[in-house]
Amino acid sequence: MRRFLSLAMLCCLLLGVTLTAQAQTNTANSSPNDTAALALLDALDVDSYRDKGEAITAILQSDDERARDWLQALLDGRLQRADDGQFVVVLDNSGREWPVADALTNEPLGEMSRRDLDRVGINNALRNQLRSAIAVVDLYSPNLERRRTSAARLLGEVDSELVEPINELILEEDDSQVRTRLSQAVAIYRAEQGEMAGVEALTGSLHPRARVALNRAANGDDPVVADAARAALVSVEQNLKINRGVETLYFGLSLGSVLVLAAIGLAITFGVMGVINMAHGELMMLGAYTTWMMQQLLPGQPGLALVLSIPAGFLVAALVGVAIERSVIQFLKGRPLETLLATFGISLILQQLVRTGISPLNRTVITPEWMSGSLVINDALSLTINRMVVLIFALVVFAALMLIMRRTRLGLEVRAVTQNRAMARSMGIRATRVDIMTFALGSGVAGLAGVALSQLTNVGPNLGQNYIIDSFMVVVFGGVGNLWGTLVAGLSLGVINQVLEPWAGAVLAKIIVLVFIILFIQKRPRGLFPQKGRAAEG
Amino acid sequence: MSLLQSLKARDRVFDFMAPDASPVDVRHGPILYMEDVTVSFDGFKAINNLNLTIDDGELRCIIGPNGAGKTTMMDIITGKTRPTEGSVWFGSRHNLLHMNEPEIASLGIGRKFQKPTVFEALSVFENLELAMATDKRILPTLTARMTGEIKDRIDEVLQTIGLVPLRYQPAGILSHGQKQWLEIGMLLMQRPRLLLVDEPVAGMTEQEMERTAELLTGLAGKQSVVVVEHDMGFVRSIARKVTVLHQGSVLAEGSMDQVSSDPNVVEVYLGADDEEAA
Amino acid sequence: MMTRSFSKPSLSTTPSPSSQFWLTRPFGERATQIFLGVLLAALLLVTVLHTVVPQGSPLHVNAYTVNLFGKYLSYALLAVAVDLVWGYLGILSLGHGAFFAIGGYAMGMYLMRQIGDRGTYGHPELPDFMVFLSWDSLPWYWQGFDMAWFSFAMVLLAPGLLALVFGFLAFRSRVTGVYLSIITQALTFALMLAFFRNEMGFGGNNGLTDFREILGFNLRSNDTRLGLFLATGVALALSYILCRAIVSSKLGRVCVATRDAEARTRFIGYRVERFQLFVFVVSAMIAGLAGALYVPQVGIINPSEFSPLFSIEIVLWVALGGRATLYGAVIGAILVNYAKTIFTGVMPDAWLFALGAMFVLVTVFLPKGVAGLLRKRRRAATSDSAGTQEAIV
Repeated sequence: MRRFLSLAMLCCLLLGVTLTAQAQTNTANSSPNDTAALALLDALDVDSYRDKGEAITAILQSDDERARDWLQALLDGRLQRADDGQFVVVLDNSGREWPVADALTNEPLGEMSRRDLDRVGINNALRNQLRSAIAVVDLYSPNLERRRTSAARLLGEVDSELVEPINELILEEDDSQVRTRLSQAVAIYRAEQGEMAGVEALTGSLHPRARVALNRAANGDDPVVADAARAALVSVEQNLKINRGVETLYFGLSLGSVLVLAAIGLAITFGVMGVINMAHGELMMLGAYTTWMMQQLLPGQPGLALVLSIPAGFLVAALVGVAIERSVIQFLKGRPLETLLATFGISLILQQLVRTGISPLNRTVITPEWMSGSLVINDALSLTINRMVVLIFALVVFAALMLIMRRTRLGLEVRAVTQNRAMARSMGIRATRVDIMTFALGSGVAGLAGVALSQLTNVGPNLGQNYIIDSFMVVVFGGVGNLWGTLVAGLSLGVINQVLEPWAGAVLAKIIVLVFIILFIQKRPRGLFPQKGRAAEG
Repeated sequence: MSLLQSLKARDRVFDFMAPDASPVDVRHGPILYMEDVTVSFDGFKAINNLNLTIDDGELRCIIGPNGAGKTTMMDIITGKTRPTEGSVWFGSRHNLLHMNEPEIASLGIGRKFQKPTVFEALSVFENLELAMATDKRILPTLTARMTGEIKDRIDEVLQTIGLVPLRYQPAGILSHGQKQWLEIGMLLMQRPRLLLVDEPVAGMTEQEMERTAELLTGLAGKQSVVVVEHDMGFVRSIARKVTVLHQGSVLAEGSMDQVSSDPNVVEVYLGADDEEAA
Repeated sequence: MMTRSFSKPSLSTTPSPSSQFWLTRPFGERATQIFLGVLLAALLLVTVLHTVVPQGSPLHVNAYTVNLFGKYLSYALLAVAVDLVWGYLGILSLGHGAFFAIGGYAMGMYLMRQIGDRGTYGHPELPDFMVFLSWDSLPWYWQGFDMAWFSFAMVLLAPGLLALVFGFLAFRSRVTGVYLSIITQALTFALMLAFFRNEMGFGGNNGLTDFREILGFNLRSNDTRLGLFLATGVALALSYILCRAIVSSKLGRVCVATRDAEARTRFIGYRVERFQLFVFVVSAMIAGLAGALYVPQVGIINPSEFSPLFSIEIVLWVALGGRATLYGAVIGAILVNYAKTIFTGVMPDAWLFALGAMFVLVTVFLPKGVAGLLRKRRRAATSDSAGTQEAIV
């Protein structure tokens, strides 16, 4: 009861209308009264925006349960009037025919043509009014998520008349996050007014609005408060710098993890067979398209499709890889440069196949719900979840490859062939079989990289091309035949790129990295972790 | 010679451009010293405190089981591998550790690899032509012309290695033994002071082996020759002095008879035989 | 390993190194005589068919075709440059497009300055794109390009200098084989990204275009086009002779030796990295010259010439024509580009399939290229005639 009271009070203050006795009598009314409701909506359908504003206030004060839905629909332009005068809420306005529901009863009314509907129009002033109104209404919502969002929306929007009711709400609120947000909102107001308490409360806060408030306080009349605000600003700046650093590192690692995924398969085939597979990028592309295909096959279940694409992408790329190895590469043994050219030809063919077979345009791969959104660390730092998942995925793939190399018979044979092919052969290792298996493995990993990439970038025929030179750089930088080298090189190149980017721009950062690598191999022609001893001399 | 004079002397390169071809100083006897040389690859010591001295004009055979460090020793002398410790001197004037491969080669150290590597796409004649000791910088090489003198020198070496009838054939079609000789011929073209020959008779027929023995013993005296070889029969047929390497250092040194009766050597070789048998 | 097949010893004797002056040596070679003869005949034929034969005649070669041939010839020149390093030195450069493009940009800068105040904005000195970007003066590296001699020198020097610095770094640290190929590809990729930037002052995405005249001749007139075509032909002939002279000299044999056994070459006393650098720089300069002749004929130079795809395509021309022959590179460049003209006109979608297939087929089935086929046929013919001669005797 107390809640409703303060809600009504709050609304009136916010909208700048006086609280009327009528509203108080209405507060107890919770049963749906359709005639009254219809009257409320009817009032919206007027020409004057001023009258509309009053109608919105009336809806707020009506304390009708459906008020929020109406307001939200009005804000989104989904509150419409049918030809027969009935108010409807459009549920989905993306198609040609719109599914609608009765605004009063919420009952679905099937589909209606947009020509039979008339939108209740609003202007920008009303839009702002609606947003604040919804935020305030939401503060009383039983739904925790809603309260949190609306509390966050209030930062910097608080004025003198809102302070008191918000303070009351803070006392009543159970959720600490909402409480913190609300006190922050009040503190911002106070700091802007030049009050010491506000400045003190904002020290350490990273929200941009808090900084604005502190800046204003720092320029205020009271020297003591201004000094405190300045000190607070310094610490905030420092804090922000650290957070930005963490963010850059995160983006760098994310880019790096993609590079590692793209390069590691290449490193394996290059290390074992001395073969540069220029079609490696296209194998990644196939992995990405497999994800897209899976999502087409399983509509409505993007998450399941994505999980299934991991083995599917691996298999598709591995099979194509084996086909390439058997049909071309095996005939070019000992001619690495020719292999490079032939696989480049294959990459052209694969690209063009996708272009003519599927489409030259990019395909959209849906990001499943559990991968979208971001992890909010604080006001200045939030980490997107899809990048996190890809980073973890890259590390898992790396660990799995490490295990295969260290713990399985195949790994042993692969390492033997990498070190000395002739010797391994004479010890009974069937080098041809090892070649096929490594090629399948390397290509399969490219497919996995493609599956991961489909969550970060556009899936198109050029997807592989964009990564091939970078992944070569990683291999060259890391050294051949050493998976750790690839990991370190990939991650550090990613981070270097991201660190340089804000300072030099994306293109220049890329150029600097390329030049850096060209200079780096002056000092260490065999990469970061070269193979040593006799084997490396071959 | 003053700079002006040297500029006027058109028939020769300027002093400051001439390669440092100062003769090897062997007045004090040995042509090659290796002192306390150690090489380690990731902690594994391929060469361990090796001391070796080769006299001018000597023919020396180096034997030892696999992994004794024979090839690594050659790599050090030719500048391919840098030792972790120790010093290597050519004559008493040239510190080989301060030079790179081409410098060492032009100083007069020639090396024949284990696997015969000749330039297969070029003819036998051209292989020898390239190896010849001349000005090997770019412009002289670009403008080089064939002269009677060069031809004679090549013919002479062709005689020595017995490949006269095959002179215009691409080296790729030569038999294994012929390639080995061609490679030795290429070394001779450089007029080396010291020849390093790695397993010259591996994979050769009996007759080829005999010819190779003749060739090598014929060379000794004019040049110092170091032969690394596994084939004991062959070593016995040419060797005057033998050095046995084991685990990167010298195990024994002396005539073939002395060495083969040395108990340490016997043990090492018997051990090696056991391994091979197993 | 690839097996080399050699014919009967008595028939194939490599000619012994000659005592001739190195630059005149190629004129004594049969292959060079044939090549120069065919090239000169082709130049003459096109000239006659273009100028003498009346326009209505089916034999008449119109200005468009002359221009197209000129483009092919500049590609052929580029292919010769690539063959010099790949065929004889064993360095698979996937970045020769960069040298080509830099030569082209040097020429483009000259042509831009020749426009003078006739551009859209009518600025007496600044090219249109600089006015558009509201620059107020020429950047320092655009100075001097109003003079023909300076620009033409830069056509050779700029790519040469890049090759010198890059090659010095690469060869000194003994980067070879696949590593070197990748690094050259990265080089051209980096340059492409750089030239796409407007701030570089090379017209960004659009490059340099709208040229009007070269050395006072109107670029749109038919006579200038014929002149450029002939100039390209002469440049091809001269470069071919220079390359032949290099590869048939002792230095050429050192290159082949380096290609087949680098360590061995070093051991017999050659500073391999210097020889590599020398030939690489010469090759880059020829590529730059090719680019400079290409630009006035197509009327534009933009960063797409730096694309890794273009550079790797050049390698295909050489592979298709036949490595280490020089004339094979010319044949390959003309064949592939003619095919490209046909394909992109008739069914553009199929071109990339054809190009990809060519890469695969040539490397797997035709490692010696068209030149290899020609030689095999000639050898068969000579051995036949030798056989009949023996029979008669």
